[in-house]
Amino acid sequence: MNNKVPNNKAWLLVLPMLVLVAFSAIIPLMTVVNYSVQDVLGPNASFFTGTEWFKTMLNDEALQAAFLRQISFSLIILAIQIPLGIGIALIMPKRGWQASAVLILITLPLLIPWNVVGSIWQIFTRGDIGLMGWGLRELGISYNITGDASDAWVTIVLMDVWHWTPLVAMLCYSGLRSIPEAYYQAARIDRASKWAVFRYIQLPKLTNVLVIAVLLRFMHSFMIYAEPFVLTGGGPGSSTTFLSQSLATMAIGQQDLGPSAAFSLIYFLVILLVSWVFYTTIMHMQKDKPPHGGA
Amino acid sequence: MSYQLENTQRGEKYNTIFSKVSSTKRRNRTARAHWRSRILLGLYLALMILPIYWLINMSLQTNSEILGSMTLWPQNLTFDNYIGIFTNSSWYMGYVNSMLYVAMNMLITICVALPAAYAFSRYTFIGDKHLFFWLLTNLMAPPAVFLLPYFQLYYSVGLFDTHIAVALAHCLFNIPLAIWILEGFMSSVPKEIDETAYIDGYSFPRFFVKIFIPMIRSGIGVTLFFLFMFSWVELLLARTLTATDAQPIGMIMTRTSTASGIDWGTLAAAGVLTIIPGILVVYFVRNHIAKGFALGRT
Repeated sequence: MNNKVPNNKAWLLVLPMLVLVAFSAIIPLMTVVNYSVQDVLGPNASFFTGTEWFKTMLNDEALQAAFLRQISFSLIILAIQIPLGIGIALIMPKRGWQASAVLILITLPLLIPWNVVGSIWQIFTRGDIGLMGWGLRELGISYNITGDASDAWVTIVLMDVWHWTPLVAMLCYSGLRSIPEAYYQAARIDRASKWAVFRYIQLPKLTNVLVIAVLLRFMHSFMIYAEPFVLTGGGPGSSTTFLSQSLATMAIGQQDLGPSAAFSLIYFLVILLVSWVFYTTIMHMQKDKPPHGGA
Repeated sequence: MSYQLENTQRGEKYNTIFSKVSSTKRRNRTARAHWRSRILLGLYLALMILPIYWLINMSLQTNSEILGSMTLWPQNLTFDNYIGIFTNSSWYMGYVNSMLYVAMNMLITICVALPAAYAFSRYTFIGDKHLFFWLLTNLMAPPAVFLLPYFQLYYSVGLFDTHIAVALAHCLFNIPLAIWILEGFMSSVPKEIDETAYIDGYSFPRFFVKIFIPMIRSGIGVTLFFLFMFSWVELLLARTLTATDAQPIGMIMTRTSTASGIDWGTLAAAGVLTIIPGILVVYFVRNHIAKGFALGRT
């Protein structure tokens, strides 16, 4: 459907949305920009600092460490969730009541409030009352998320895989469903192996949804806050403190308006930059898509 | 979409004919592969359910049983934790508050997103691509960035600690998401339908409400599901913008940890109750949800 009509009156249809989003995006963002270049000492006492806060934030070692943790976290969960999601989508039943039942079950973790996800895993991994913590202890494996940094990391990654793999699986499942049965028949006539079917029929059809999956997973994992906050509180030490938590502590806890505003802008810009790369990739792919592909 | 459905059905018919032709040996092999994939799927689902099962298990026990011994299922089944929540207004009002702002957000979002998505799917206008990209950037804004400005903004306009404040704040990511999904669904409706309706003398509002909206019913259903999902699970903004009158359930749950320890039973029961609305919503859209996850674009 690429035959859109040029019509500037369409702005009228967009306007109500624009007003609302502007209210909740532009005004607050302007406040952040405003704070990021000032030192606010009191209600009427503030002076212009220019780029000083930005320099301070970029050179802050605690934040650099949080940034590195954040990047490694996002890469680890993407490396696990994308292949696992594809795998699950491939073995999900395609029709009948089983398909509906599996769909509902698989979506379940996505619909749990994020802090409850944290609580569930906190309970589940506790050594005294949690099934996993207790089970590991009975097996003689030392496991303590409040004391051991690597245990905490493994648990957070596991929790995120549990929480978000369903999203990747659902996206891939919908991509797989759009493949016409005729393609598989052609493959069967050619006696194509399972791997060949996956590599030359299923995977190409999945690229579109996989870009969306990677984009959404990257974004959400980069903003992760509630789950690790409830599960480990960022600890032990600061080994699982990610960017959002550092920012919330700085902005709300310590009320450092200027530095936290500068930090906010840098944080936002990093996500924007990565997302822009993805967006142009999607647009580029849609341009190259052959005219017969997908309805 | 209907074309596609027809296509798959026809495909299935060919498929059955085809499998009758193929040899029994091949059929055995596919049957074995089929069972293997079922077992793998079952294993994944079991592992996935386990943490949730543990939460339900704990919600049906008394605190002394939880702390006293390791029991894989409740020995003395008790519903006291649930009764405690349902009879205490400071507890159940948390659910009412959460539901209220989620419902408000869904209503506001769908009302402004429908016309906007139509504009993006049917027309080109000055700055449309930039506007769309700007919308998507809002989807990418970390809520933590907006904590402080939101607090100050809603406080200064006197909306702090109201349901509408949270509903408006969640518009930040829900409106772009709704437009993204709806645009996908709308673009798969042939443009000829619009043109025929205009030739038949329909005005735009009448065409939109009487013809177009019923055509993308499933798309709207799925969009509402996603709006529910993202507004229901978000806590950081909801928590910052409320104090007592509109406090979400997620925040009230933190009250279970007191000086005398954590009230595990109540915490677990409250957690279980936050999962139930999601199950109900997903049940209603189960047939369209897969297409919705691909943002209407498959």
